[in-house]
Amino acid sequence: MNDLSMEQITSQYFDVLKELGNIGAGNATTALAQLMGSKIDMSVPQVRLLEFQEVGEIVGGEERIMVGIYLQVEGDVEGSMMFIIDKRAAAHMVNKLMAGMLVIDENKAEEYNFGEMECSAVKEVGNIITGAYLNALSGITGLKIFPSVPQIGIDMAGALLSVPAVEFGIYGDNILLIQTNFSDDVELDGYFIMIPDMESYEKILSSLGVM
Amino acid sequence: MSNIIKVGMADWKTCQGEDGVITVGLGSCVGIAIRDPRTGIGGLAHIMLPDSTEIHNNSNRPKFADTGITDMVEALTRMGASRFRMVAKIAGGAQMFAGVGKNDAIRVGERNVLASKKKLMELRIPILAEDTGSTYGRTVIFYPKNGDFHIRSIGLPEKII
Repeated sequence: MNDLSMEQITSQYFDVLKELGNIGAGNATTALAQLMGSKIDMSVPQVRLLEFQEVGEIVGGEERIMVGIYLQVEGDVEGSMMFIIDKRAAAHMVNKLMAGMLVIDENKAEEYNFGEMECSAVKEVGNIITGAYLNALSGITGLKIFPSVPQIGIDMAGALLSVPAVEFGIYGDNILLIQTNFSDDVELDGYFIMIPDMESYEKILSSLGVM
Repeated sequence: MSNIIKVGMADWKTCQGEDGVITVGLGSCVGIAIRDPRTGIGGLAHIMLPDSTEIHNNSNRPKFADTGITDMVEALTRMGASRFRMVAKIAGGAQMFAGVGKNDAIRVGERNVLASKKKLMELRIPILAEDTGSTYGRTVIFYPKNGDFHIRSIGLPEKII
């Protein structure tokens, strides 16, 4: 372990994340549009550096029920990543993906109990989106990055976000979040969090020639 | 009129009288509720990591079980609570995602619970009740006056321990 803190690394990493966000979001939009068979618009992602206390507010309250997809990455870059969306947006994507084979009432999505089929569909969406970002990162840095099988969690936003918060907590007091809004006929808010370990930060930055 | 005071992640707050303290959406973090039953002075800490001595960047004391609990107990003492009468209840420390890979952070919930218990034992504060572990998030509200510790989770009935 070295002496670099999150705060020191952040300003440079911020720019990298923005670029990554743009490319990743572009890749994800294309892949999702193909998968769901509809046109998808994605806004320019916003990168935010937040205090732990603010995280819940940003995603719409700590008690909002959300679906989190969490996975580890290995290879040249090690760490973990999380994609988190509101449960209603997840239900909408499941409906789209299942193309009428399974219909969840989106107005009652909060109470709806996601079964194996629904979880598997959401995982697939999570896979595509996280994969899009990882490909973007790998593409601009030339580093090899392999994702693990994703895990799904459906719970209060605060509880899900505590997992990446703890990983950031080892290095500092902030959390880096990429906020992406995408929409087909409805607006879907998604949040993407990437947590490389400290050595990987340096690898990412040096491979881009910023360190 | 009683107030409910909010405790954020990596934070602690104290209160007394009719007031309560709440922390929303505990995942792998642990909520430690401590009170002095005679004075009704109490507080709630929301810790994220087990041990400040394991980490280089450790100036944020409420973030860790060891320093967070110590500081809150001191603050309660300054308000007029007695260390020797203090009792505790704890909740949280869930594993939100089943084991992926080798990352230590995955088991952090369990380690947070152990570290909190260890610190409370060192301070000789008995733990009266706990609702820890498992795989779901918890919102907790603590009323130091009567010691009720309310625990809410998604899809489960509210518990009072």
